[in-house]
Amino acid sequence: MIFTQQWIREWLDTPLEPQALIDQLTMAGLEVDASGPVAAAFTGILVAEVVSVEPHPDADKLRVCQVNDGSQQVQVVCGAPNVRPGMKVPYATLGAELPGESPDKPFRIKKARLRGVESFGMLCSAEELGMADSSDGLLALPADAPVGQNVREYLQLDDRYFELDLTPNRGDCLSIRGLAREIATLNQLAFKDLQVTPVAARIDDTFPVRIDAPDACTRYLGRVIRDVDINATTPLWMQERLRRCGLRSIDPVVDVTNYVLMELGQPMHAFDLERLSGEIVVRQAVAGDSLTLLDGKAVEPATDTLLITDASGPLALAGIMGGEPSSVTESTRHIFLECACFDALAVAGRARRYGLHTDSSHRYERGVDYNLQALAMERATELLIAIAGGKPGPVTETIGKLPTASEVKLRPSYLASVLGMELDEDEIISILNGLGVTLVGRSEDGLTFDVPSFRHDIAIEADLIEEVARVHGYDRLPVTRPVMRTQMPEVSEREVALSRIRERLVAQGYQQVITYSFVEPKLMAQVSASPAPVALQNPISEDMSVMRTSLWAGLLRTLQHNINRQQTRVRIFETGQVFLPGPEGISQPERLAGLIYGERFPTTWSQGREVVDFFDVKGDVEGLLELGALLPRCRFEKAEHQALHGGQAAAVTLDGQRIGLVGALDPALQRALDISGRVYLFELDLAAIRAAAVPAFRPLSRYPEVSRDLALVLDRAVAVADIEQHLRELAGPELLGIRIFDVYQGDKVESDKKSVALGLTWQHPSRTLSDDEINVIIERCVKGLEDKFNAKLRN
Amino acid sequence: MTDTNSLLQTALEAVAASADERALDQLRVDYLGKKGQLTALLKSLGSLPAEERPAAGEKINEAKRQVQQAIDAQREILVERALSAQLAAETVDVSLPGRRQSAGGLHPVSRTIERIQTLFQSAGYSVAEGPEIEDDYHNFEALNIPGHHPARAMHDTFYVATATAAGADVNVADATAAGADASGMSWVLRTHTSPVQVRVMEQGKPPFRMICPGRVYRCDSDLTHTPMFHQVEGLLIDEHVSFADLKGTLEEFLRAFFEADLAVRFRPSYFPFTEPSAEVDMSCVMCEGKGCRVCKQTGWLEVLGCGMVHPKVLEASGVDSSRYRGFAFGMGVERLAMLRYGVNDLRLFFENDLKFLRQFN
Repeated sequence: MIFTQQWIREWLDTPLEPQALIDQLTMAGLEVDASGPVAAAFTGILVAEVVSVEPHPDADKLRVCQVNDGSQQVQVVCGAPNVRPGMKVPYATLGAELPGESPDKPFRIKKARLRGVESFGMLCSAEELGMADSSDGLLALPADAPVGQNVREYLQLDDRYFELDLTPNRGDCLSIRGLAREIATLNQLAFKDLQVTPVAARIDDTFPVRIDAPDACTRYLGRVIRDVDINATTPLWMQERLRRCGLRSIDPVVDVTNYVLMELGQPMHAFDLERLSGEIVVRQAVAGDSLTLLDGKAVEPATDTLLITDASGPLALAGIMGGEPSSVTESTRHIFLECACFDALAVAGRARRYGLHTDSSHRYERGVDYNLQALAMERATELLIAIAGGKPGPVTETIGKLPTASEVKLRPSYLASVLGMELDEDEIISILNGLGVTLVGRSEDGLTFDVPSFRHDIAIEADLIEEVARVHGYDRLPVTRPVMRTQMPEVSEREVALSRIRERLVAQGYQQVITYSFVEPKLMAQVSASPAPVALQNPISEDMSVMRTSLWAGLLRTLQHNINRQQTRVRIFETGQVFLPGPEGISQPERLAGLIYGERFPTTWSQGREVVDFFDVKGDVEGLLELGALLPRCRFEKAEHQALHGGQAAAVTLDGQRIGLVGALDPALQRALDISGRVYLFELDLAAIRAAAVPAFRPLSRYPEVSRDLALVLDRAVAVADIEQHLRELAGPELLGIRIFDVYQGDKVESDKKSVALGLTWQHPSRTLSDDEINVIIERCVKGLEDKFNAKLRN
Repeated sequence: MTDTNSLLQTALEAVAASADERALDQLRVDYLGKKGQLTALLKSLGSLPAEERPAAGEKINEAKRQVQQAIDAQREILVERALSAQLAAETVDVSLPGRRQSAGGLHPVSRTIERIQTLFQSAGYSVAEGPEIEDDYHNFEALNIPGHHPARAMHDTFYVATATAAGADVNVADATAAGADASGMSWVLRTHTSPVQVRVMEQGKPPFRMICPGRVYRCDSDLTHTPMFHQVEGLLIDEHVSFADLKGTLEEFLRAFFEADLAVRFRPSYFPFTEPSAEVDMSCVMCEGKGCRVCKQTGWLEVLGCGMVHPKVLEASGVDSSRYRGFAFGMGVERLAMLRYGVNDLRLFFENDLKFLRQFN
């Protein structure tokens, strides 16, 4: 919403210092987005008449004009295509100053010679005067513009515009009238409403109207006006007001309806009477309806769209845009003016669906005053007849289902407790009264107010409290701190804090990243094809169109991004939700994933020549599992996954439940992603690894530990973890721990074998273990391993 | 007795010439051991006349003491020499870097969220989280934003394709049903963290004091908008909470977060889920309110939205609005991080360039 200082001053007879007004409106919740002069700061520009136009002898595009500026006739060379004799234009005299490159460097007009012809000044376009962003010719002034008058004075250009960014609840401020009411209240001024004398009918013609959707169309006023001069010129003052508010002058009918829209906030529409047939019916669209709009676009309205129709079919999308066939054109003589109230819910969201956003839909979506139509109709008639003549018929009114006026109760004591400050009842009443909210009752349990028809946003007590607080000034309300009972938070020792997990990874050199939750479908399918990811209906782009089912997609993209920026060593992790569609709907578990690439340690004089391998990433995962003491309950089992190397992939299980994956990136995928070095990845269910056990004390033994080493030769395919687990079953209750201290594959053992060395330690809680006891255990272990795994003692 | 003297002389010379402890040990054995030369002299005393024996014995014993003393002294010298040789040999260039794993770090957005969390948790707020694919009810309806409400246009919403959301193949005939599944429920990427306050209130009993940080999504991407960003929502519901308390809480938070005595102002605004509503501006931290590019020459930065929770929201979440009321607020984490750390391009947060991220370690 744009308004100008001059226009608002017509309503409020008070000087409004621009910066003070900006601050005041902003602090009242009507945010001023931009403000500035309506024209550049120029001097020495007069209204002049072009007397003659001759071709330039040496330039095709230039003309030599004789111009009368009221005191003399001068020669001006002009390149504008629209220059013609008799035209009134802004003429920059010698010495005039126009906007230059910067405010302190104006462009000064001097005598010039253009291709050999002398030129004494310049004829100006709107752009050159800072009145438009672009122009394609001279600014044509009205034929009655007084030659010799200063253009600044003539166009009253000492004016400012203010652009408001209004919140959707303040539809009432989408007009000069509404803003005037608001500004009057903020400055404790009286609000003088527009006085309009009804225009008496001069003919009897009416056009029948029927409302078939009474909830959607609450009121519909119509008026026939015959013999309108559509080619009349809209007066300069109206054109200028519209221009300054961002509206282009079209013809008197459009200009008047736009003017009323800006002035009163009432959208109107004019039909060519001769192109209407039968009767106007306001109804919801039905299947098969179609319509070509004013902008030339054909639409087939959905069934929840309100239409204005006649016997021939749809005429307009109600409250949004009129149709092309029934529109007013250059040859229109008789019009039918529509001034209606459509319910906000019947219009909201519809324009957007057809790719439209009009001044009309903007207002209806936010709610138009259902008592405004009569005033607006008379105002429009008055203005139109003054400009374009015509004989008005009587106003016809068709009523749908009018809203009922609402009353809202306000308890001053409740207001005091919500705002933290008592306000005088008289001040409350006075503030609300200024906004048109009038007191209708006063009793012990509060004040009762009548909500005006233009305030759709006021329905409950809290709404009135906001209005009072807003006008009183939020900055004048007190500042306190909440007083509350203390309460111990729940801090479970059975849960590892996310911060500890992150810190652990950070200490291992991992950098946290945050990647988009939506990824490329192709990459997602390469990383994890099943389940098929959740797709977005309206993605920003194809490469952000599906919701991730694994964090690896984002980590791999981040790796690529950094490799492309000369990083040779990358250690990254991310935590966040993944989105897994299933028969029960979408589950959204939190995951933790990591990726390592490049050297194990930063390369310096003493370290860093070794690159990472599977056991680095596994070690980091083990470290995470130790945070909650989960590692003893976890197993790493050989697994298959499309994104992982067939021989270096493990599923992590906790008490037999799979909680994640760890492994090397599949070499084929690595090639496909054009990554030169090996990549190792893990992904864990965050909730699972956050589980923690509360420590339980075990008494310490005072007796010595006994250790024995076992060197075994095994088939390569045997998992050492299985050996270890079997040993735990065989080695007796006094076993303290098993350590794998060597694994060998090579020349010294058969090609399908490996040698594994294990260190076992025992300790008895209440006595010293004898060598004989240990020998028995060792024998049992060796026998058991031989039986189960064909393991042989190495000699 | 010249034997003794010459032997002593030879021994002392040998000790003085010895280069290491092993040689010393050998000398001790050679002269003072059971079969040592001085010991042998002592054994030969028997061949002397009885009257000479005490003097000769005394002399030999004296020689043994002297040799022992010389050995001890020499040993000290040798140990000292060895230690200094070791020190010299083991001297390192202490200016060389140490051996270690590189340091990682938290993403600046996480770092900022942790800071916000620390401040509010210290004041007794708990932390809650919620789903990012959210149903229309929690994202909009329960927050007093019914379908077609103009406020929906303020949220450029991502809709989740129906078939996947419902787990069933449903044809969407009409655009009004965008994102609606077979049950009529439609799914969106949450446009704000406010639905979490609804979920918390639905599941608990007042009073409530909590914040919910998390990812949110808007279908908007340009220089100053990313389609995903982070918010922290706050909620305090109790029996006697006032707008003045809201002002106090947020002023205190902003001053604590920025560690500066900032000017803070509350401007009336509109959110469907709060009434009264406000936007919070603070004096620009870049120019101290003098006016600069960051604050568009106004001296003020808009950093928070807030208000008193709308009674309809309380009722929709099962809270008795005649007894309880409270405030809610929401802040954009990236914006706070940009202001706090002077980051000038929002998009950097999601490019994850290590050179950017490491600046926050």
